[in-house]
Amino acid sequence: MKLSFSAEDEQFRNEVAEWMANNLCGEFEPIRFRGGPGDEHSFVEERKAWEQKLAEGGWTAIGWPKEFGGRGASIEQQVIFNEEYARAGGPGRVGHIGETLTGPTLIAFGSEAQKAKYLPGIRAGKELWCQGYSEPSAGSDLANVKTKAHFDDAQGKWVLNGQKVWTSLAHESEFCFVIARTDPASKGQKGLGFFLVKMDQPGVTIRPIPQLTGTSEFNEVFFDDAVCDADDIVGEPGDGWKVAMGLLGFERGVSTLGQQMLFQSELDEVVRIAKRNGAADDPAIRQRLADAHIGLRIMRYNSMRMMSGGEDGSLQKEAMIYKLYWSSWHRNLGKLAMDVLGPEAELLEGEPYELNRLQSLFLFTRADTIYGGTNQIQRNLIAERALGMPREPRGAN
Amino acid sequence: MEFSFTDEQTMIFDTAEAFLGEVAEVASIRKSMETNTGYDPSAWDRLCQEMYWQAILIPEDNDGLGLGAVELVGILERMGKKLYNGPFASSAAVTLALAKWGSGDQKSTYFARLMAGESATIAVIDQARAWSAEGVSAQAVQTDEGLRISGKYRFVQHGHTANLILVAARAPGSSGQDGVGLFLIDADAEGVIRKRVPTMDQTRPLAEVQLESVLVQPEQCLGCVGNSAPALAQLLDIQAILVTAEQLGGAQASLDMTVDYLQERVQFGRTIASFQAVKHKCADMMLKVEASRSIVYYAACVIDEWLSDRYDANQLAEAASMAKAYSSDAFFFVAGCGIQLFGGVGITEEYDIQLYFKRAKATETFLGGGAAHRERVAQMLLAGEC
Repeated sequence: MKLSFSAEDEQFRNEVAEWMANNLCGEFEPIRFRGGPGDEHSFVEERKAWEQKLAEGGWTAIGWPKEFGGRGASIEQQVIFNEEYARAGGPGRVGHIGETLTGPTLIAFGSEAQKAKYLPGIRAGKELWCQGYSEPSAGSDLANVKTKAHFDDAQGKWVLNGQKVWTSLAHESEFCFVIARTDPASKGQKGLGFFLVKMDQPGVTIRPIPQLTGTSEFNEVFFDDAVCDADDIVGEPGDGWKVAMGLLGFERGVSTLGQQMLFQSELDEVVRIAKRNGAADDPAIRQRLADAHIGLRIMRYNSMRMMSGGEDGSLQKEAMIYKLYWSSWHRNLGKLAMDVLGPEAELLEGEPYELNRLQSLFLFTRADTIYGGTNQIQRNLIAERALGMPREPRGAN
Repeated sequence: MEFSFTDEQTMIFDTAEAFLGEVAEVASIRKSMETNTGYDPSAWDRLCQEMYWQAILIPEDNDGLGLGAVELVGILERMGKKLYNGPFASSAAVTLALAKWGSGDQKSTYFARLMAGESATIAVIDQARAWSAEGVSAQAVQTDEGLRISGKYRFVQHGHTANLILVAARAPGSSGQDGVGLFLIDADAEGVIRKRVPTMDQTRPLAEVQLESVLVQPEQCLGCVGNSAPALAQLLDIQAILVTAEQLGGAQASLDMTVDYLQERVQFGRTIASFQAVKHKCADMMLKVEASRSIVYYAACVIDEWLSDRYDANQLAEAASMAKAYSSDAFFFVAGCGIQLFGGVGITEEYDIQLYFKRAKATETFLGGGAAHRERVAQMLLAGEC
């Protein structure tokens, strides 16, 4: 058990930091520290250009094997990249869904033709992806997907009908991966297919969802006879659930330390304000500031344990608590930020509804404990999978 | 970066579990807590002779095992699981103090005694809530024959049985950080009076130690007499980290026994482990156990870094206070939830969860609880020291 990185990894760290310093400047100066959670609507065009800049430097998809254009970077190096990226103020990555979800899914389950068709565009930062999982009736119960796909012999294409929701970046993306029911008589996890769907076509309609922040990170996506090619299904019809869930077990959380750099800068800002406005003299606030500091440090060592763990893809305990832990911590930080600001917390930056960073943090962190598996679902998973307690009974539907 | 155990460490911990399963089953803990010593001396002898754990931190040059704080903390975690009640943690803290500040002669003298199976402990304060140099009230008075120490110490772990007591005392008229010294006292020296005091947690014996003009020679002074306030603070931080390892083990055991019970207990025609209200409580308990594990292992690494002078006293202080604040609250939460989930039998003498609940509160108040350590972290945070 060691707290330090190897000399070779530290050398890699310097390389990343140097590249970021030399490239995240000039035309890209305005996007430093922008486009994170709650700010994803900002500077989208500039951030798309930034993806391509990253790709030119060889800094996209660094964890992919070299044969697919990646660097085959080790877990440690991926961690370091994410840390230095965040430290330098690297903007929210518009390409992250393609890089971290589509790419690894295709590398694991895709055909050679699919890899050749889609991986280069992701690697080059030119083709963005969004995720078509949730539906109005398939939230926590994700397997209750109603979107249907049938193969139309006349066109020689798959035809999709249905609705997806909470789709981040839908309006900016070239493609969407969609789970849809290929067997109309099926229920739950069976009878699903995993499709690669082009967004720019007549059968796809995108509608932004205005949120409590006044912004619209999330969208509804409607499929009305939308099509994809015969070979744009990953695996066989019926394999959709396996493909969609296949990578979760191998998630080692390499981006978590980068995420924590962002959290640290938020906490630093709260501490700065508390010192300035006298909130830090309040013993109750002091307790909460210390608690936030301790909580974030624990998050770091949770991640380090998670990443040092077995390579067999088995879910470890520290990985199972991770989502519940960070989302609760982040939500508490949002609340603490408002309590430190006091009545100032009410005053906006401007019309019509311009929030400052901490106000946005306060409101948007309410989503953290909901998306990607609510805290309640997380607790079910921990109890059932880590502690071996009985599964929730299913309703008859 | 490697934040997992080596194969050798895992082997040591497996051996520890097996050994503690033999000598520290709950029946023998319950039996020994009723005795005068408060622990089983024959189990301690076996620990020293068969396991040689008292030598973990003693360098190979001094014929010890030359291992580090990570091994130590892993063993303490397993002792906490079993509510082991022997004088291991306090002896280890004194060993660490000697390793850090002891002279060559002191190391060879005292390491030899510790390896032979003598136990040691630490005595600092008389008044509660003052675990710091400011709280030291015993006095070290210069006389013609040498320093003579007088004063009363409370909350001394195993103070009634330890062979060696590391005490803090101050120069007459001094206060605060000034005039503090650390001294190694033989428990059978003239003027040492000690008695075990009854404790709410029966598995953690405490004593009162009274020193009446106890004579100490220069070779019994650890570090620089009169200037040892910083060393004392570090000593208390080390001791706190060792306590958190026991807390982690205790919290894990509380969770495990609770889940086992919930799986067996049937109400409304189903095992109560199937109720979501119960499952969610257990998930929260596990989250705290795992988070506690992360900070305790980190703090163990910090002890090793500090021992080899790569980390300074501030980094040790931050790690100790983070770990003590979180693990104290976590253990109390988990043990408290445990009693609630056991239901009526949770408050009986027969079931073991009550022993863990008491251990949680005892280890929380010892060396300062969550609020005190968070305040210390807040001071460092607001001063830009962490």
